[in-house]
Amino acid sequence: MALLEIKNLSIQFGGLRAVDDFNLTVEKGDLYGLIGPNGAGKTTVFNLLTGEYKPTEGVIKLEDKDITGMSTIDINRAGVARTFQNIRLFKDQSVLDNVKIGLHNQFRYSPVAAVLRLPSYFAVEKQMNEKALELLAVFDLDTEADTLASNLPYGKQRKLEIARAMATNPKLLLLDEPAAGMNPNETEELMEDIRFIREKFGMTILLIEHDMRLVSGICEKLTVLNFGRILTQGPTRDVLSNPEVIKAYLGDD
Amino acid sequence: MNNIKKTSRNNMGTIGMIIAAFVIVQILKTAGMINSQMDGLLVPLCVYATMAVSLNLVVGILGELSLGHAGFMCVGAFASAFFSKVVEQSMGTFPRFLLAILVGGAVAGVFGFLIGIPVLRLKGDYLAIVTLAFGEIIKNLMNVLYVGRDAAGLHFSIKDAASLNLMEDGEMIINGPLGITGTPFDANFVVGFLILLISTVVVLNLTNSRTGRAIMAIRDNRIAAGSVGVPITKYKMAAFTLSAVIAGCAGALYSHNLSSLIATPARFGYNMSILFLVFVVLGGIGSTRGAIIASIILTLLPEVLRFMADYRMLIYSIILIVMMIINWNPKSRAWIQKHRPGNVIRSRREASEAGKEGR
Repeated sequence: MALLEIKNLSIQFGGLRAVDDFNLTVEKGDLYGLIGPNGAGKTTVFNLLTGEYKPTEGVIKLEDKDITGMSTIDINRAGVARTFQNIRLFKDQSVLDNVKIGLHNQFRYSPVAAVLRLPSYFAVEKQMNEKALELLAVFDLDTEADTLASNLPYGKQRKLEIARAMATNPKLLLLDEPAAGMNPNETEELMEDIRFIREKFGMTILLIEHDMRLVSGICEKLTVLNFGRILTQGPTRDVLSNPEVIKAYLGDD
Repeated sequence: MNNIKKTSRNNMGTIGMIIAAFVIVQILKTAGMINSQMDGLLVPLCVYATMAVSLNLVVGILGELSLGHAGFMCVGAFASAFFSKVVEQSMGTFPRFLLAILVGGAVAGVFGFLIGIPVLRLKGDYLAIVTLAFGEIIKNLMNVLYVGRDAAGLHFSIKDAASLNLMEDGEMIINGPLGITGTPFDANFVVGFLILLISTVVVLNLTNSRTGRAIMAIRDNRIAAGSVGVPITKYKMAAFTLSAVIAGCAGALYSHNLSSLIATPARFGYNMSILFLVFVVLGGIGSTRGAIIASIILTLLPEVLRFMADYRMLIYSIILIVMMIINWNPKSRAWIQKHRPGNVIRSRREASEAGKEGR
C-alpha cells in the first residue's frame, strides 16, 4: 500500500487546465521531488493535496483513505503537513509559540482550565514546551525559542516553518521550495536537516525545488511537470538525464 | 520554561494595575477626596474599560475590525434592565443584579454567536461594514420595541404602546423611544471593578493558552493556521462570542447605573463604537493593559477639561494626537520600554519587539 496515491488529478481555472491528469505514487519513507519550470503547476498540486483547492477531477488517497475534497484542517489531521513557497509564519508570535500552534491538535486542555489556570493547564503546557523545544533543537532553533518569528533570518524562518509542520505529527511532509532564497551554506544545512528528519522520524517527504543541487543530492525519485502535465517520472538519475527534461528547462534549440 | 513565567508576569502586572487603581480610589473615597462629579464617573469608567477589554479581543487578538460593539453593549443593557424590572419585587438586590449581569452577558453572547455566523465569513472592510450596520440596527430596534406586563403575562409590540392592549393594572417595561425607566440602581464601583477584573483575567489567561495561540495564529496567517489543523471558524466564533458576552456584562453594569435607559445614538450609536475602537488603537492594538489605560484617560479627559469650556474638545483632540505619537513612535516606545521597571527580565523580548517596531 502506497502512502500517497494520486490518480488522474486535474483542476481547471476557467479556460486554463493548471494541472492535467496528474498521477503520483509515493511510498512510505520516500524522498520524492516534484520539479518543473516556473508555472508548471507544482504548487497547484500541493494546494490540491492540502485541500486549498478542490480538484475538478481525480482522486487523492492517503494510506488508502480518500482525502479528495476534504478541508485543509481535516487533511492536516489525516496526516499531511506543508510549508509554503512564500513563508507563512505567525510573525507576531515567538518561535516557540509557532511550533506550539503546530502542536495544537496533539496536546489538549479545556479553555476553562486555561482561564482558571488549573493544574492540567500547567502540566500540558510543560509537555508542549518540551516537545516544541525538542523539535526546535533538530533545526538548531532552540536557542532562539523566545525570538519573534519575524526577527529570524530568512534561512531560519524556512527551517521554523518545517519545524512547525513537523509538529503536527504528519505522515507526509510537503516542502514547497524549502531552499528558495538560501545561500549555498544554508542549503547544505537544510539538506542535512531533511535527511535527518527523514531518518529520525521515518518521514515521507515530497518536495518542490528549483535548486538542482538539492534535488539531485537528496531526492531518490522525481516527477517533472511541464504546463500542468507530467513530462516524465522515475529515479532521479534517469529523469535528470532525460533530453525532454533538459529541453523543458533550457528550451529548444 | 521562562516563556510562561514571563507572560504570566506581564499579566500579573495588568491585573495588579487594576487592583491598585481600585484600592487607591477606595482610599480616596474614604478620605473624602473624591468629589461627586468624579464619584459619578467611577461606574462609567469600569463600563468603558470593560468595553475596551472586550473590543481588544476582537480587534487586537482575533484581528477583525468590529465597528458595532456598542450594539452588543446595548443588547446587554436592555436584556439585563428588562430582567431586573421583571423580577424587581421578587428578589433581593444581590442575587437580582448578579443574575441580571449574567442575563445581559448571555443574551449579548447569543447575539454575538448569531451575528458571528454570517459576519465572520467576511474579511476586513466588509466585516467592519456589516458589524457597523448591526450596531445601528440594534439601536433602532430598541427604539421601536414595546414590552408591557399585566396579569395575563408579557406583551410585545414593535408598533406602539397602545397595541400592547395592556389591562388596567398593566405596566410598561420597555416603552419604545422612551426606553426602560426605573431600573434599580444596583451598579456600584465595587461591582464594576469586579466585572472589569474578571473580564481582564479571562481574556489574558485565555490569550496565553492553547486557545489564544490558535486565535492569534488565525490573525497572523489564516492559511498557515489551517495548514497546521487549527479549526478557524470555531476559534473565530469563540473569540467573537466571548467578546460579545463581556460587552453584554458591561452593558448590564451601564443600565443599572441609569434612571432611564434609552437607546440614543449618543449612548449606543456609531460614535460610541468608534470611541471603543479609539481605546483599543490608542492602547496599542492587542494590548489589554494599554486598552484599559486609554479608556480611562479618554473618559476622564473631557471631564477634567470641563473648565476650559469651548476649548475642551480642541485640547482633547490635541492630547489624543500626542498620545498616539508617544504610543506608536518607535523611538518613544523604545524609551518607555527601556525605562520600565523590571525591564532586566523582559529586556530580551522587548529588544526584539522594539526591533520589530523600528522596521
